[in-house]
Amino acid sequence: MSYSISKQGDVSVVAIDGQLVVSNRQELKQGVLDSLEGGGRKFLVDFTDTSYIDSSGLGVLVSLSRKIRDHGGELRLAALNDDLRTLFELTKLDTLFQISDSRETALASF
Amino acid sequence: MARGQRVLEFRIPSDVQCIERVVEAVRGECRRLAYAEHQLSLNVPVALTEAISNAILRGNAQDERKSVVVVARVDAARLVIEVSDQGSGFDLVACTRDPTTPEALESEDGRGLFLMRKLMDEVERVSKRGRNVVRMTLRRAG
Repeated sequence: MSYSISKQGDVSVVAIDGQLVVSNRQELKQGVLDSLEGGGRKFLVDFTDTSYIDSSGLGVLVSLSRKIRDHGGELRLAALNDDLRTLFELTKLDTLFQISDSRETALASF
Repeated sequence: MARGQRVLEFRIPSDVQCIERVVEAVRGECRRLAYAEHQLSLNVPVALTEAISNAILRGNAQDERKSVVVVARVDAARLVIEVSDQGSGFDLVACTRDPTTPEALESEDGRGLFLMRKLMDEVERVSKRGRNVVRMTLRRAG
């Protein structure tokens, strides 16, 4: 997995390439927390190039969402493929996050 | 051994960095046998990652002196995976929490066993020669 964090206006866009799993979740978590410490408050995770996520990856997203909210911000998600949508629906995390079909739609919603 | 069955066996240290190559090998064998795309991209990788990470993190408590053994038997009808560790075992039913309740929804942990049971047709725990084994079965979808 690799990831990038870029700024689009005042939104930090986190793009995940590959799988988000137990072996790399801390790397992503630290990157987002560093951005939060740096003053970022609006975060969008773009899953366009993400293959699969395990329970650890889902847990990191939940944890980050809570931390960002505690700082007065928000974490939203975009571009989940059918498999990722299934995961979010099975775990009911689709009720916890605002999920958009595309990065563009999500950015417009902030 | 059933006709046409392939058996893949791995012994890995208690290191989560070792999970991916096992998952890719098993997934590759399922792909060769034309398992359904969603099984290749969701059911197999997620459930197997959960089972191995559970064995490493909880079963073996990341003790580097302990190993995890994965045996995958795959044919055109089904995939049967056994993941064993050197821990003391656990009660599969009692340990599977419902992570979808309002009070559990924002918890960081507790979705692993739940996902394994949702994504596989059968999940059971057995004991074999002193090792704690989780056996998962997935029937091939055409």
